[in-house]
Amino acid sequence: MNRTMSLVCGSAQKWTAAITVGALAAASLMGPASAEVGPDDVKIDDGVVAQPIADQPGDAAAGREWASGRKLGNCLACHAISDLSELPFHGEVGPPLDGVADRWSAEELRAILVNSKTVFGDQTIMPAFYRTAGLNKVADDFAGKTILSAQQIEDIIAYLLTLKE
Amino acid sequence: MKKSIGLIGSAAIAAIVAASAVADPDDNNLVIEGQSLVSETTAPEGSAFEIIYSGWRFRSPETQVLETDDFENPGMVAVEYGYELWETAAGSSGKSCADCHGAIEESMSGLRAGLPKWDEAAGKPLSLEHLINRSIKEHQGADAWKWESAEMLAMTALIGLQSRGMPLDVQTDGPMADWYERGKELYYARVGQLDMACANCHEDNWGNMIRADHLSQGQINGFPTYRLKWQGLGSIHRRFKGCMKQIRATPYKPGGDEFTALELYVASRGEGLSVETPAVRQ
Repeated sequence: MNRTMSLVCGSAQKWTAAITVGALAAASLMGPASAEVGPDDVKIDDGVVAQPIADQPGDAAAGREWASGRKLGNCLACHAISDLSELPFHGEVGPPLDGVADRWSAEELRAILVNSKTVFGDQTIMPAFYRTAGLNKVADDFAGKTILSAQQIEDIIAYLLTLKE
Repeated sequence: MKKSIGLIGSAAIAAIVAASAVADPDDNNLVIEGQSLVSETTAPEGSAFEIIYSGWRFRSPETQVLETDDFENPGMVAVEYGYELWETAAGSSGKSCADCHGAIEESMSGLRAGLPKWDEAAGKPLSLEHLINRSIKEHQGADAWKWESAEMLAMTALIGLQSRGMPLDVQTDGPMADWYERGKELYYARVGQLDMACANCHEDNWGNMIRADHLSQGQINGFPTYRLKWQGLGSIHRRFKGCMKQIRATPYKPGGDEFTALELYVASRGEGLSVETPAVRQ
């Protein structure tokens, strides 16, 4: 939704922007589009998910929104992020995410977001954001659903990669 | 309420971020109506903690002060209602609680501190709500109260108050041993879409902020507790249910065996803390 909106906003401002955006959209449609990977089919090897799991590239602006929203990623519940300092109440259960792009690659971040237990071990409190198997007593409203969509995972990775120190 | 929190939020955020390294419980002493309560003590043997703290120690000074004065404590309205119910005849017996139990200050003193407790007739441990409903049905000949009803909360608050200041001390051996183990299993069981156990927050991360909430050790020595968020009293099992919903799990049933076992286990983790009923939390 947000992706579409930001494209629309851009094109509404200037014709040149609209043309650029249109050209980019066309290019990505014509390019070798990778298909979305379902939660049971994501391959995590040695703490890495090598390929994107969504069919569109990540959008950092959208990812910034998913990271701050309480209903979606809610990264702020547990992590402090200086880039989001306009929002109150950053958690301290996990490490601050400032400079996270200096510490992890996109492929590693993808594995951490999909299922952090494959990277940090079974004891971690961090939820698996793209997993449906192996969970217990999931509430009916959320049964069989992942916390985030594949596209939202890629968007958040794109956003996290902007957090450099 | 929510609004004012939002307003102070932006001003307070700098302070909170700056203070994030010192998120331990505060050093305040809990004194209610001149009586000193134990809100911090050496953890029971075999505990995951060294020191156990009442949830009161993790709350803001504004919330804390509400519990120290019975005129300020919003839970006391329910206690008043409880007194009324205690003395009102009901059911086919035409008797009130007071007719059989006499002065509540004596007959119910200490009960809250040792719950849930083994009941031979039931063949399982019973929580306070179970005991009250049994007496209503079998002694008074009246209809049982719903677990989270105003009547039940008023009565559990009133009875709990008769143990205020007494240390939690529950039986965990003998016939309770299996129930203790069951509660412990539940405490460490990961559930819900967020795949979390009680222990992830209340054992591994107590003292840390989870967004705007200061995580406590999850002690239950103040129940039923008046929560500002609820604008009323709530039971231990309601609180368990709320936690499970937050991690997107299907909660167990209030009053069911799972929550009773969990109540026993969590109570045992708080042995030595004073009963604070009715406590006040955010």
